[in-house]
Amino acid sequence: MANIKLKKGFDLNLQGRVTSTAILKAPKSTLYAVVPDDFQGIIPRMEVKEGDHVEAGAPLFHDKTHEDIKVVSPVAGLVKEVRRGERRKIEAVVIDPNNESQRLMHDTKQDVKTLLLESGLWAMMRQRPYDVVPNPDVRPRDIFVTCFDSAPLAPNLIAMVQDKADYLAAGVKALKQLTDGDVYLGFRPGEEMNVEGAIVNTFEGPHPAGNAGVQIANTKPVNKGEVVWTMDVVTLSRIGELAKTGFVSFDTVVAVSGEGIKEPRLVSATMGCTMASLLQDEDVDGKRIICGNVLTGVKVDGNGWLRAPYRHVTVIPEVTKPDEFMGWASLSPKRYSIYRLFTSWLMGRKKPVSMDARVKGGERAIVRLDEYDNMLPMDIYAEFLIKAIIAGDIDKMEKLGIFEVAPEDFALAEYADTSKLELQRIVREGLDKLRNEME
Amino acid sequence: MNILRKYMNKIQPQFRPGGKLAKLESVYDGMETFLFTPNTTSRCGAHIHDGNDMKRTMITVVVALLPALLFGMYNIGLQHYLAIGQPDATWLTMWTFGLLAMLPVIVVSYVVGLGIEFIGAQIHHKEIQEGFLVTGMLIPMIVPINTPLWMVAVATAFAVIFAKEVFGGTGMNIFNVALITRAVLFFGYPSRMSGDEAFVKIDSAFGMGQGTPVDAFSGATPLGQVATNVGDTLQPLHNVVGEPISTCDAFMGFIAGSPGETSMLAILIGAAILLITGVASWRVMCSVFAGGLAMAALVHIAPTATYPATLIDPLAQLCYGGFAFAAVFMATDPVTGARTRIGQYIYGFLIGVFAILIRVYNNGFPEGAMLAVLLMNAFAPLIDHCVVSFNIKRRLKRAANK
Repeated sequence: MANIKLKKGFDLNLQGRVTSTAILKAPKSTLYAVVPDDFQGIIPRMEVKEGDHVEAGAPLFHDKTHEDIKVVSPVAGLVKEVRRGERRKIEAVVIDPNNESQRLMHDTKQDVKTLLLESGLWAMMRQRPYDVVPNPDVRPRDIFVTCFDSAPLAPNLIAMVQDKADYLAAGVKALKQLTDGDVYLGFRPGEEMNVEGAIVNTFEGPHPAGNAGVQIANTKPVNKGEVVWTMDVVTLSRIGELAKTGFVSFDTVVAVSGEGIKEPRLVSATMGCTMASLLQDEDVDGKRIICGNVLTGVKVDGNGWLRAPYRHVTVIPEVTKPDEFMGWASLSPKRYSIYRLFTSWLMGRKKPVSMDARVKGGERAIVRLDEYDNMLPMDIYAEFLIKAIIAGDIDKMEKLGIFEVAPEDFALAEYADTSKLELQRIVREGLDKLRNEME
Repeated sequence: MNILRKYMNKIQPQFRPGGKLAKLESVYDGMETFLFTPNTTSRCGAHIHDGNDMKRTMITVVVALLPALLFGMYNIGLQHYLAIGQPDATWLTMWTFGLLAMLPVIVVSYVVGLGIEFIGAQIHHKEIQEGFLVTGMLIPMIVPINTPLWMVAVATAFAVIFAKEVFGGTGMNIFNVALITRAVLFFGYPSRMSGDEAFVKIDSAFGMGQGTPVDAFSGATPLGQVATNVGDTLQPLHNVVGEPISTCDAFMGFIAGSPGETSMLAILIGAAILLITGVASWRVMCSVFAGGLAMAALVHIAPTATYPATLIDPLAQLCYGGFAFAAVFMATDPVTGARTRIGQYIYGFLIGVFAILIRVYNNGFPEGAMLAVLLMNAFAPLIDHCVVSFNIKRRLKRAANK
């Protein structure tokens, strides 16, 4: 076991943190949905049509290229609607639950790979390079499991799996069959659990210490031509549960937090449930509802869904100070900045701050030094990589280490960027471009 | 604020396509974002953004320039009243004279530069960028006070167009725009840029401070005096009326020179602002001083009459001329400098070395700091390229060793 100390990064202390450890039960959701966009890299092809009856765990759609990658329904019920957007892109598959507990049971005797592909858990994993659902034809070098989320307001993942130590061990045992390398678990110091068969590391330092990319880069970086898989500890425990019992659990614990929530809390719910059921009794009018954290999450509206990869719902105000007069000249400590250009740094960093969704400035060329590098604890020249991506220089991207990063690794830099560039979008486009060229 | 907001909303349609003033759309948008932080919220990616933006960053640099600017005004007055034999004038009179003398240069620099920026922004339908806020302030501070205004205008226009706009505007330029302005003046009109008549304003400013220079008057800067030194020992340096001056005077800034660069003290106050706010890189700034000191010490080991500047004490070297100003405000321009961390040390150190090298071993240029920064601007991409290629090689090696 190694303890790895990371210095770069920043812990944003936002208002609306969950303080209690009690887990409340969310009211039953009237509808459930699966959103294909959550499974990066998958082009959905439907396996069911509207009106079909599905069991919990039965496939809804599969990937166009790798047909054995399935995405499954979290609940039993009727396929109510296949919602399509522009150019008939599938936006969501909506299920009307029949409140029966029909669950598809998988044969645990079959090999782990088929089990994961069939059960839909395969689609919950990601691979580096490209940060997409793993390609089943490739055996990964290693598998990395992140066991804490360092993002602002993120819930404690260990608390969600504390009583599932046997599932974790079973999960690691199953994953070991899929790689010739090791299964690495990355914990926050003080939270580490000993899981048989896995290599346990602890990561000390501010966000993004919990990101898979950062943990990989500081243990065993990804080189060109290598593939590693990443997932969080909750997915690992689900894999373990599947291997042990044959059932996939779609129940999840979600932190409902942020400044826009009256009483931040932990809620137990089922994947794909409606936001309305999670945010009951909350006044979210005109506020921004984010599935996930404020840095990497997706914006959803009040009619949205609890999207599959997230354990976290954040509600923040959209605009707290409309038409702020000469905000750039502000001397108010309320204009929060992590830089020492505003008086807010004199007030210390202890008090939780309020933050709205405004960009607070226009997009500019990259001017300030070291802004990205200070937010990325990896051996990568982040700014040069971003410039190579913008220039579309594939050769340079490869050389500068684009295989090692995911858009989420640049999320904090995007927050801190004086030039207000959309770094996560830029990195995603770079990864997609590279993937198109290579595959 | 409400009235202002309503007024801006009212006039807005005229500036949109089809409106009467559609040609001034960028100017309107510039004004609007200047007055009100835009209400636009994040579209994709991170949902929250830091309070800092380019306007704040650039304004902070301007604030850091103020001590040197205000002292520069006072010093122009001081040198003027010394030269016309009225050393008893109050500091306020001196400062007001300096203000009146500098104001036209500041106005010309901003009007010409911002005018071109506005036109450029409108042509490309882009937002107006803030870069010239700093450049426009730097130019009057590094241009000798007696430079005719039309020269300032021509040089500024040339620099903004050919050193910045053709590269794509703020953040894309290779050379520091203010330094290009100075270089254009320096090489285009050399007789007006150095010598005895460039740095001390003798004429009145808007009718203020009329008088004729005293007999003992000589407008040579300390470095100018050193360059004409004869013999193995350095003759004592003197001010504009022949009284001796000490290194302390040079540190405080009571010497002849370009308006902004005489007072090391005022520049260091600006440096403190830049470093505390984190706008400038301490790596660059400190290594310029380190490089300058190292080179000054080196040349001082073997002083020779052929190159009289070798006779100057190393610490005093840093106080004279534009060295400190270049180190604090020019070398730290992040756009034109090295951007990798290791690169910043190398870049800064070499600026210091070249500044002293040019100053000492080239009698044609008694002042080398600004030229050294321009020279290193050209090499900054190369330095970065080398540093980054080490990272690339390390990555390839790692892949090969697995």
